[in-house]
Amino acid sequence: MSDLSLSKPSRFAILANPTRFLELSGRLQPWLYGFAALLLAAGLVLGFLAPEDYQQGRTVRIMFIHVPFAWLAMMAWTVMSASALGTLVWRHPIADVSIKAAAPIGAAFTFLCLFTGSVWGRPMWGTWWVWDARLTSVFVLFIMYLGLIALSRAEEEPGRNARAAAVLVLVGFVNLPIIKFSVDWWNTLHQPASVLRADGPTLDPAFLWPLLVCAAGFTTLFFALHLNAMRTEILRRRVFALQRLAARRAEAA
Amino acid sequence: MQSDYFAFVAAAYGATAIVLLALFAWIRLDARAQRRALAALEARGLRRRSSGAPPAGEGQS
Repeated sequence: MSDLSLSKPSRFAILANPTRFLELSGRLQPWLYGFAALLLAAGLVLGFLAPEDYQQGRTVRIMFIHVPFAWLAMMAWTVMSASALGTLVWRHPIADVSIKAAAPIGAAFTFLCLFTGSVWGRPMWGTWWVWDARLTSVFVLFIMYLGLIALSRAEEEPGRNARAAAVLVLVGFVNLPIIKFSVDWWNTLHQPASVLRADGPTLDPAFLWPLLVCAAGFTTLFFALHLNAMRTEILRRRVFALQRLAARRAEAA
Repeated sequence: MQSDYFAFVAAAYGATAIVLLALFAWIRLDARAQRRALAALEARGLRRRSSGAPPAGEGQS
């Protein structure tokens, strides 16, 4: 057996200690929020300075929030999938906390993606909704988020459903390439990709820059909210453990 | 025709602000509630083993 005391613990191993995680995350959190606020302010300003589109007029400004929300809806599920691997493969104790904390945030961004898209579609497409492959698959993603939220709150004891939640997250990951390629594989009302494509973005820089700055801002905001929610979940589990301890003492007395 | 679209853009940005602020408020309020619960438990003498020994005079679990 190798002498483990001589090896330096990996960064993930250090983060496995909830107390250490709370210490480190507590210092990082205000910076994340501050940075997100700056980027979003810059993105908003750039967005409103951007010209009106020759076809869409000022509704093009909805793109600066709708597209980042779509990206984030998928990114949140990807973060949860990485955490799910942490639960199932490495039994990392914070991994389940990460999934439970990310789900409502991802659901909120998915809802906003659908809402802003609908409000953009009414004037531009003439309809609030259509059951094409892109919109349907994102709606399915939203329903999966709700299912995951329900599952992770089903048990009284937090963390009981860790494995089930992790499996649901990994199975649901198959929806993400479907969402991405839906506009290529099927005949959709939703237009094909304009940014993440093989030949590069087709957007004019006047629109691309506000979009990217807003995307960066919302991404930073997601990580700030996620970190905050993870810290809260760790505290909740401590409260639960202490309350159970109190109940046992009351019974023993 | 163009000026009519203002309501759509406003609805999109407005909903965004409301949902994100509500999410932020919910997370912060939840954190505050947990910290209050922990403080209340600590006042009753309940501590995690790793947070150090309870003050003198307390019974051991």
